[in-house]
Amino acid sequence: MKEENVIEVNQLTKTFGDFTAVNTISFEVKKGEIFGFLGANGAGKTTAMKMLIGISKPSSGQATVAGFDVYSQPENIKKNIGYMSQKFALYDDLTVKENITFFGGIYGLSKKKIKEKREELISELGLENISNKLVGSLPLGWKQKLSFSVSLLHEPKIVFLDEPTGGVDPITRRQFWEMIYKAADQGTTIFVTTHYMDEAEYCDRVSIMVEGKIEALDTPKKLKEQFKVDSMNDVFLKLARIPSPTLPKGKGKNTDCN
Amino acid sequence: MSISLSNISKSYKKVKAVQDISFDVNPGELFGLIGPDGAGKTTIFRILTTLLISDEGTATVAGFDVVKDYKAIRKAVGYMPGRFSLYQDLTVEENLAFFATIFGTTIEENYDLIEDIYVQIEPFKNRRAGKLSGGMKQKLALCCALIHKPKVLFLDEPTTGVDPVSRKEFWEMLKRLQKKGITILVSTPYMDEAALCDRIALIQGGKILKIDTPEAIVSQFPKTIYNVGAVNMYKLIQSLQQYEHVYSVFPFGEFVHYTDKRDLFEISDLQSYLEKEGLTAIHIESTKANIEDAFMELAR
Repeated sequence: MKEENVIEVNQLTKTFGDFTAVNTISFEVKKGEIFGFLGANGAGKTTAMKMLIGISKPSSGQATVAGFDVYSQPENIKKNIGYMSQKFALYDDLTVKENITFFGGIYGLSKKKIKEKREELISELGLENISNKLVGSLPLGWKQKLSFSVSLLHEPKIVFLDEPTGGVDPITRRQFWEMIYKAADQGTTIFVTTHYMDEAEYCDRVSIMVEGKIEALDTPKKLKEQFKVDSMNDVFLKLARIPSPTLPKGKGKNTDCN
Repeated sequence: MSISLSNISKSYKKVKAVQDISFDVNPGELFGLIGPDGAGKTTIFRILTTLLISDEGTATVAGFDVVKDYKAIRKAVGYMPGRFSLYQDLTVEENLAFFATIFGTTIEENYDLIEDIYVQIEPFKNRRAGKLSGGMKQKLALCCALIHKPKVLFLDEPTTGVDPVSRKEFWEMLKRLQKKGITILVSTPYMDEAALCDRIALIQGGKILKIDTPEAIVSQFPKTIYNVGAVNMYKLIQSLQQYEHVYSVFPFGEFVHYTDKRDLFEISDLQSYLEKEGLTAIHIESTKANIEDAFMELAR
């Protein structure tokens, strides 16, 4: 039971023309695990994640997410995952209540269930007094906590968090991580991308992508031991090295575009 | 003083963006404004670069008053705003030439100042700015802010959204610029960058919490911090929050930072409490405070 894999990835590859964005990556993520997915800008993180959430077809290799195949069952995947990013989270010009109702509807919950969830969520986050306020008027930290809760509305097996906590004050950030720990403790798998290495330190295991490949995968503690450094930041710097200025990676492929 | 603010306040309608802010930056200093989104960092930058007039207080930059002498300030400072604000449709070289012309100079005249940054993007000098990677955009923006040889450089969150390798390179560039005598005011929401500044102001909700060297701020932390670890992080945090002697509990990577209300604290007391709570593989040891600990204590 404990060892159930919620994500299984085997030799997954994505090419764009002659450019290999994701190059034969393989890994597994267990139920209830907090899995950090790291890499420099252009290392292939976003491309890999798009394949896992069912919005981009791989060029080759296999992957299942929440038990569904990324090639043949992307719609089932979408129903069984939550997604939250810093860039797109909630609708600013809907109220707290309206956002919850809207996303509950999108996820196909019944009216009764939405009402139940809405009340539960508002009381858990202590938002009773502002539940009729526009989300746009809330401080960033509250928005992010609400957005994370909304991504859990339909009780997904996995939540994908795309750079969730940039710019938030340190206290709110920790409240956010406590929410993540709680969700993981209840069996939800957390898949988080970030390039802020202090966030990596919170993960159970961390993978680091360099130029389309996974170059390291282990617990933060073991990675620090392996590279003989004190922080994940230093692990990252050792692995990712200083790139040659003439060789931008990923999107910045060396072609002129006029 | 290269930069001096005295009792600066600014509100937007109901929101008090900054309240009664005062600090000085010495010539040649690398000074950091450290705080989360909404702290008021950008408002301070906009007042100092004469793009915004404060409601109250006075400020000078390079000896000039921000209201009276705004024209002189604009010639004397370089400003890299938080949002990428170069011309996306101009090439790397065209952007740089444009900014040089605006300031009545040429790329050649001050090339020595930007050389070690510009060589890194020169292979792409014919590429449009909009098509550069994040790290390269940031380098180009810095070159453009430097091309007229400013006395004071303002950098508003230059490393937000940038990967650790590019961040490290960026801070190394700043250190080299500082050696050339340029005064630098830089803001960042990332507390780990505070240690790279000569002095910092911790700022939140429009107010300054503390101004000092990063070392002094950390050494003034009033309590002993313990790193506590156990197998189940969520249960550990819950148990610690319910402990009768708890002062603060904050997750910090693989550990939790715990402080106790009592002056006389025995690790063994906490150990046995956590054992009773059913936690396993308990690990407790004292550790040093860092800037984030200090920030959270000051923001309490």
